[in-house]
Amino acid sequence: MEKLIALLVAAPLLGAAVLLCGGRLLDRVGHWLGTLLAAASFAVAVVLFTDMLGKDAEDRSLHQHLFRWIPVEGFQADVAFQLDQLSMTFVLLITSVGTLIHLYSVGYMEHDERRRRFFGYLNLFLAAMLLLVLADNYLLLYVGWEGVGLASYLLIGFWQHKPSAATAAKKAFLVNRVGDMGLSIAIMLMFTTFGTFAFGPVLGAAEETGEGKLTAIGLMLLLAACGKSAQVPLQSWLGDAMEGPTPVSALIHAATMVTAGVYLIVRSGEIFNAAPDAQLAVTVVGAVTLLFGAIVGCAKDDIKKALAGSTMSQIGYMILAAGLGPIGYVFAIMHLVTHGFFKAGLFLGAGSVMHGMNDEVDMRKYGGLRKYMPVTFVTFGLGYLAIIGFPGLSGFFSKDKIIEAAFAKGGAEGWILGSVALLGAAITAYYMTRVMLLTFFGEERWRHRATASPEEPGAEPAAETRGGPGGHAEPHPHESPASMTIPMVLLAVGSVFAGGFFSIGDRFVHWLEPVTHHDHGDSPLSAATVTGATVVVLVVGVTLAWFQYGRRPVPVVAPRGSLLTRAARRDLLQDDFNHVVLVRGGEHLTRSLVYVDHTLVDGVVNGTAASVGGLSGRLRKLQNGYARSYAVSMFGGVAVLIAATLLMRAV
Amino acid sequence: MNPVNYLYLAALLFAIGATGVLIRRNMIVVFMCIELMLNACNLAFVAFSRLHGNLDGQIIAFFTMVVAAAEVVVGLAIIVSLFRSRHSASVDDASLMKL
Repeated sequence: MEKLIALLVAAPLLGAAVLLCGGRLLDRVGHWLGTLLAAASFAVAVVLFTDMLGKDAEDRSLHQHLFRWIPVEGFQADVAFQLDQLSMTFVLLITSVGTLIHLYSVGYMEHDERRRRFFGYLNLFLAAMLLLVLADNYLLLYVGWEGVGLASYLLIGFWQHKPSAATAAKKAFLVNRVGDMGLSIAIMLMFTTFGTFAFGPVLGAAEETGEGKLTAIGLMLLLAACGKSAQVPLQSWLGDAMEGPTPVSALIHAATMVTAGVYLIVRSGEIFNAAPDAQLAVTVVGAVTLLFGAIVGCAKDDIKKALAGSTMSQIGYMILAAGLGPIGYVFAIMHLVTHGFFKAGLFLGAGSVMHGMNDEVDMRKYGGLRKYMPVTFVTFGLGYLAIIGFPGLSGFFSKDKIIEAAFAKGGAEGWILGSVALLGAAITAYYMTRVMLLTFFGEERWRHRATASPEEPGAEPAAETRGGPGGHAEPHPHESPASMTIPMVLLAVGSVFAGGFFSIGDRFVHWLEPVTHHDHGDSPLSAATVTGATVVVLVVGVTLAWFQYGRRPVPVVAPRGSLLTRAARRDLLQDDFNHVVLVRGGEHLTRSLVYVDHTLVDGVVNGTAASVGGLSGRLRKLQNGYARSYAVSMFGGVAVLIAATLLMRAV
Repeated sequence: MNPVNYLYLAALLFAIGATGVLIRRNMIVVFMCIELMLNACNLAFVAFSRLHGNLDGQIIAFFTMVVAAAEVVVGLAIIVSLFRSRHSASVDDASLMKL
């Protein structure tokens, strides 16, 4: 069975190699080849999963040692895989959602002439992501980590003819590099502390190591997680990453890659357990991001950016849970999986809406689309109910557990974290209801004003004949092809049932317990109280949004809004902050360094040259060509020599 | 007679020669002053030979004479050709070797 693990990575890697090197011959079949290989990887994952289920909980971990990568005396880097329950969960999520999104992309990218390359990149991403979660040491994990960063860069900038996409890709790559620096420093610290960076020895020895070192490693790992998972303060890239094609946003920037930070923290759980300060930092980052993302999500009119804010916020929940220690790890992963389903579904729904609306992304120009896109409406709606935590759907179970775990942290800390999580749930309900109402309900704001007829049923055929006065064509909302709707339906099924399925008899907890361990903690509030509170804030959030966007007509042009709204539209001034502090700061730094270089360094160099030149100019005057003056210097020299000799002798 | 007096004489001759090299401008005179210095040296060598009671100084004096004769040949040739080209025998006129 161990032999199959490498196959998981190899299949999409092969796909990437063939598609990217294959040339135009593969243009016709490339997308199906890519999808097939992703599906093959999923099939292997299912085989491994059923095999794993047949074993005892303690013996489920599989290892495969492929080869020695860098064998130096004390530095042994192996290419070896470890498949335990945690990795298995990720592998199943990545390959299943990945395959569905490959399938979706076949339809979505149909008119793009570079579709083959797109699938090559998607396969490359899958391979790197699988490598990341399957690695059995931090160095190999780092390879996967960089690989997904590369794939993300390539895919965000896939439409590189748009300057905004090219800039967004560069921004994502650069911001990620800051996090990557954290991971590389963490690995170096591990090597100096433990002499190795394989999971087993490092995590096994974490208990006996000094807290200071573990805190340093933990904080560096947190920095890495912040970069990859778009957490404050390295969150600024995720909103711009929405420049990429929508399937990319769904797969990479919602379901899988951005959760790599959560994986890293949960995987390094033993380090964080022994370093409470680092753990506290993790919860703070999670709590701050959870509110930050939610507030940003409330203000964005771009449907994908609203969802991006939501992603940031939901990952904030996961990081928060991961920072809670053994009481939270399992729920972080559980929320990660359910989030993977419903957020991918929501993004695919958004893609489907854009597909039918001439790639319009401004929600204020949507409205009333439920009649024209029934399948999208239903699947998006189910994803919506799941993410706001409607009782009985996936998000309800996983988010509720996280809120409960936050309260169970105990003390003032627990109350603060729990309240933040509850507040976040209310804001989630608000902004998702807003997205839902703006897109699928209300009047049809996409019609041109002069001919607008809000209450005309079945207006679709008529809409085609009406030419708009605005000059450009009015969109004809229509349902997307089956290759796009089937993945949406499957993901909707996942968003509805996954949470409940995991919660029956706490089976998800039991499944992950051997890897992450689990601790119930003692909550000051009973589970029922927390659930009740969650439902109450959910209702409050939805009602608020309905009062604001459901009852009143929505203006097509965004109103100016309050100070907070305007700040949130600008991503809560994160770019301005980065610009003022980092860009300006960097400019000032370089300017002063240039000044120092010009005055001090160049001064010394030029001064030396000038003084040597001046001195030699004066010395040159001695060479006057008169033989007699040379004779004088010779006599003088001899006289000095003789005098010196005599003097030495006298002494 | 005390041989040390010869050394005094040699020093005096050498000083005269050196002064002549430094202050006279006529090449021929400078040349003769150089010869004077060489011969002062010869005198000193011979005097030392006498003082120490061996022949080393005498031998070196012969060598010096040979070198001086060769030097006269080369030096006079240079002076003559310089005089031919510049119509002057002043050492200060031949000051081209400068930057």
